[in-house]
Amino acid sequence: MNEDFFQGYKGQSLEILKKYNVRVWGSAEIETTRGKFNGTILPRAENDDDLHIVLKIVTGYNIGLDIRTITLMKETGYKKANYKIPEKEFPYTPNLPKVKLIGTGGTIASRLDYRTGAVIPAFSPGELYGAVPELADVCNLTTEKLFAVFSENMGPDQYKKLAIAIGKEIENGTEGIIIAHGTDTLSHTAAALTFMVQNSPVPIVLVGSQRSSDRPSSDAALNLINAATAAGHGDIAEVMVCMFGPTSDEYGFLHRGTRVRKMHSSYRSTFRTLSDTPIATVSRKDGVNPIKKEYNHRRKDKNVIIKPFFEEKVTIVYYYPNMQPDIINSLVDNGYKGIIIAGTGLGHINKPLYPAIERAQKKGVHVFMTVQTLYGFCHMYVYDTGRDLMAKGIIPAENLLPETAYIKLGWVLGQTNDPDEVRKLMLTPVNDEITKREPYNGYLVYQGGVPEVENFLQKFHK
Amino acid sequence: MNQIFDAQKNYEQTKKDCGYKKISDASQSDYDKIGFMSGLEVHQQLKTKEKLFCNCPAGIYQKPNDYNAEVIRHMRPTLSELGGYDGTALMEYKTRKEIVYRLKHETACTYEIDDTPPFKIDREALGIALEISLLCKLNIVGEVHITRKQYLDGSIPTGFQRTAILGVEGEIQLKNKKVRLIQLSIEEDSCREVSDIGHRRVYMTDRLGMPLIETVTYPDMVNPNEVKEAANFIRFLNRSTGKVRTGIGAGREDVNVSCKGGSRVEIKGVSHNKWIPELTHNECFRQWSLLKLREKLCNKIQNTSDWKIKFRELNYKEFGFIYKPLKEASLKGYKIYAVALPGFKSALSHFTLPGKCFADEISERLKVIACLENPNMTHSEQFIPDISIDDFNLISKMLDSSENDAVIVFWASEEDVKTALETIEERCNMAFLGVPNETRKALKNGITIFERVLPGADRMYPDTDSAPIPLESEFIDTLQSKLPVDLINRYKQLEAWNIPADCYHFIFKNNLLPIIEKIIIEFNAKPIFVATFFSHYLKYIQRKYKPVSEFSFEIIYGIFKFLYNKKINFEFAKIILPIVYQHPKMEFESVLTTLKFKKRTKEDIFAPVKFLQERFIEKNSKTPVNDKTNWVMGQLRNQAIGNVEFNELVDYIKKN
Repeated sequence: MNEDFFQGYKGQSLEILKKYNVRVWGSAEIETTRGKFNGTILPRAENDDDLHIVLKIVTGYNIGLDIRTITLMKETGYKKANYKIPEKEFPYTPNLPKVKLIGTGGTIASRLDYRTGAVIPAFSPGELYGAVPELADVCNLTTEKLFAVFSENMGPDQYKKLAIAIGKEIENGTEGIIIAHGTDTLSHTAAALTFMVQNSPVPIVLVGSQRSSDRPSSDAALNLINAATAAGHGDIAEVMVCMFGPTSDEYGFLHRGTRVRKMHSSYRSTFRTLSDTPIATVSRKDGVNPIKKEYNHRRKDKNVIIKPFFEEKVTIVYYYPNMQPDIINSLVDNGYKGIIIAGTGLGHINKPLYPAIERAQKKGVHVFMTVQTLYGFCHMYVYDTGRDLMAKGIIPAENLLPETAYIKLGWVLGQTNDPDEVRKLMLTPVNDEITKREPYNGYLVYQGGVPEVENFLQKFHK
Repeated sequence: MNQIFDAQKNYEQTKKDCGYKKISDASQSDYDKIGFMSGLEVHQQLKTKEKLFCNCPAGIYQKPNDYNAEVIRHMRPTLSELGGYDGTALMEYKTRKEIVYRLKHETACTYEIDDTPPFKIDREALGIALEISLLCKLNIVGEVHITRKQYLDGSIPTGFQRTAILGVEGEIQLKNKKVRLIQLSIEEDSCREVSDIGHRRVYMTDRLGMPLIETVTYPDMVNPNEVKEAANFIRFLNRSTGKVRTGIGAGREDVNVSCKGGSRVEIKGVSHNKWIPELTHNECFRQWSLLKLREKLCNKIQNTSDWKIKFRELNYKEFGFIYKPLKEASLKGYKIYAVALPGFKSALSHFTLPGKCFADEISERLKVIACLENPNMTHSEQFIPDISIDDFNLISKMLDSSENDAVIVFWASEEDVKTALETIEERCNMAFLGVPNETRKALKNGITIFERVLPGADRMYPDTDSAPIPLESEFIDTLQSKLPVDLINRYKQLEAWNIPADCYHFIFKNNLLPIIEKIIIEFNAKPIFVATFFSHYLKYIQRKYKPVSEFSFEIIYGIFKFLYNKKINFEFAKIILPIVYQHPKMEFESVLTTLKFKKRTKEDIFAPVKFLQERFIEKNSKTPVNDKTNWVMGQLRNQAIGNVEFNELVDYIKKN
């Protein structure tokens, strides 16, 4: 195999390494106009400039040297690092449930990537066990790496493959499924699987982490342990997202795959159920504690229904004031078959868009209205605008979240193009993507600074 | 069990055997004999407006119980960049601590609790740190790479400290020798600990994230006082920029010590440099004594690699225990365990530090690693036994232990027993090897206690959340051109001015040389007067009075400037200072009014001299001339001060 001795170096920095015959992972003595430096040459991230080389000095720190200051380099040794978690075979414990962990990538299973200098999804689920041995006390885990892609690169193909793989696992008698997934589009996949895998006899738990597993304070281990608990021991046989409840290392929430959304770019407790409560809390110590009374219970049969359909020509349009009709027109002209609009307030867009909507309707494009407030129902009867819009063919999608509506429309249009059928499928909930009632405690966005909220914050762990 | 084993005698004997003597009695040859070697890691907070990686204000502190919210975390070990686990990390994971962070709105944002990635590094801090790096003659890096340094003790909520090297291989010039520097790094400060009881450790996050630099020296120091000198030098050098924080906790030292054949032991958190000599002295002898213990044990025990403890659980009721902690443990439902250490007789009472013996090494580890609160054990070699000889004999019999064994009795909740047993066995096994690598916490009286296993280079990991920061040569050159005067040149300057040596410490500690120099040059003041005015007089005033608002050294510059402009003699500064020190906001004019000062010419003051002298002679015809001069001076003193130099007045009186 042709080994890359100059990983990530390019241009001038590559030239200087070649000139002095010094390789990446080689120990080197380097003389510069700023003094002498010793250390091991490390790979360089591809997007970084070509004016520096990276050195690990003996104290373990990394530094960069400006190649314009280098006067002499000498390689004195060579030792390539072996970055590997001790991979152990998962021990079998009689009487513990059989759980399957399907890896898709994302920060729950990631390590350093010298190419970008960021983290890449590269741990095999087996290595994952090496890092979280507690999993062996929870279940008998088998693992399979289905893909290794970033969350944002998940799409219809992956949804369908996942659904089919889940079907097979259930057929094989697994007692619970965990899907390790990046967090950015975790809720999209959760929604897709809710629609594609129906009537599951076992829990299907999607899990990720907000802090990569290469850091001591990572939430990956706890999320994984919670997910294994929910998948192996929980009674809730639905597609769920399992992530931190509070930002503290205390317990996780199980969210319904259709009502969950990532609500903060970096918080651990970023996933929230919108316009409803989470289904349950989960921790290794206390197991799964349902919050909602109604849910699909675990069963012994294998009567799962797999519906791996998806029409890709579906989109979301996020409305803003003064949006021009050409946005809608170009979507229609480009062959889109379904449009989800995230409208203002109760589900509104402005008058200049009306002709474009009519045109879309005439061309057989299915248009559904959701709300960009995220919380609450679309109520298009309240104002004239709403009524006008409905007359023009827009269908209010109740309290479907915009992203869930997008996934669902793709799934529906993958099966039928008949307007009545589409409308019926869209408005008939598979699992609470549209709820009949909105509980009063489904919308809890309190603001800090108020004495009673501050009291609460002081007493309970955030 | 030998009933007449005299533990105290053994302790004194082993103390003598290792050659321990008081620091005041020790000479360089004593240190050479045991191979004293020491290096420093000097931490210094930088005086910036904001924290290093977020925009929270720096330098605001809260009381431990003043907080708005709490967050809980548990830390797990992770792989280093080169693919290894760090020893400390694994040990700390064993302790299974629940870590609570207290947050206050004013001083913590989502960065402190690791719920948001770092923002760009604070440029103000980077500039100051580079300035100090240049003063230390370090080779400045071309690009700053933020590195994560793992700390699983919880002192940082991320589980690592973000830190970066700015320069390597520098030196400082002490009075009689050069000390080489390994490196200087910029880093974020850690949390302050509130409490650490059992499995729960509480931290506050106010200090967390404040910019800090760490200067690391080679182990070039060969006696305790040299370590202190180097520590002071680095502290003064940092302060010479005028851009670092002062006050409690703003500068902290970690001191590495080893003896010949010993190991690097890091004494952490030495907040007063004056503690350094005693601490390093004792640590070096502790290591030397542990090596003696190794010799003794290896002679006694044939196959040390197979050495194991023997243990069993005790039933409280089968014994006549009257020792209170045992009784309390029993009431709490704790397990009581007896552990036999085969061949360890006379090891437990082996001297380690003044007032401490090998048994303490075990007890301290039980506290830290197994989370057993003190007192957590008793043993067969206490000066005054906690357990009766009859009970010990019974325990020995149950353990089937021999005359040559030592016995430990500890108590713990069931979940901690396993770790406790492992900890005891581990520490004893280490005794065969000599001195364990560890970090120790400095206590006041020159004593240290075990803090944790010494971490290695394996705990470093590149910070994947931040990009490297290039340091262009032009930027470095600009900083270089604005550097303050080298500390060694400042020493020379003081010497040239004939400033008494007892002034130096106060001047460097407070970075007063720039202001002293300014007063001397701008107002043509006498160097000795100005230097002693600060180092003696101000120091005295600082002890005697308390200011009502913040007093700054600039005010003294102001006093001199005021006197200079008013053409009042500088002696008058001594009258003004006590008032201005207590009321820093008071205007100098008002001070003059308060003091009823009147500006008078020299002639005015001199005018009554003749008359006064005549009056004195009228009254005391036979007294010596000196008394006359003194009496006249006394009469004129209050009018003279500030208007004429006393020497000049005395001369005038004597002449007339």
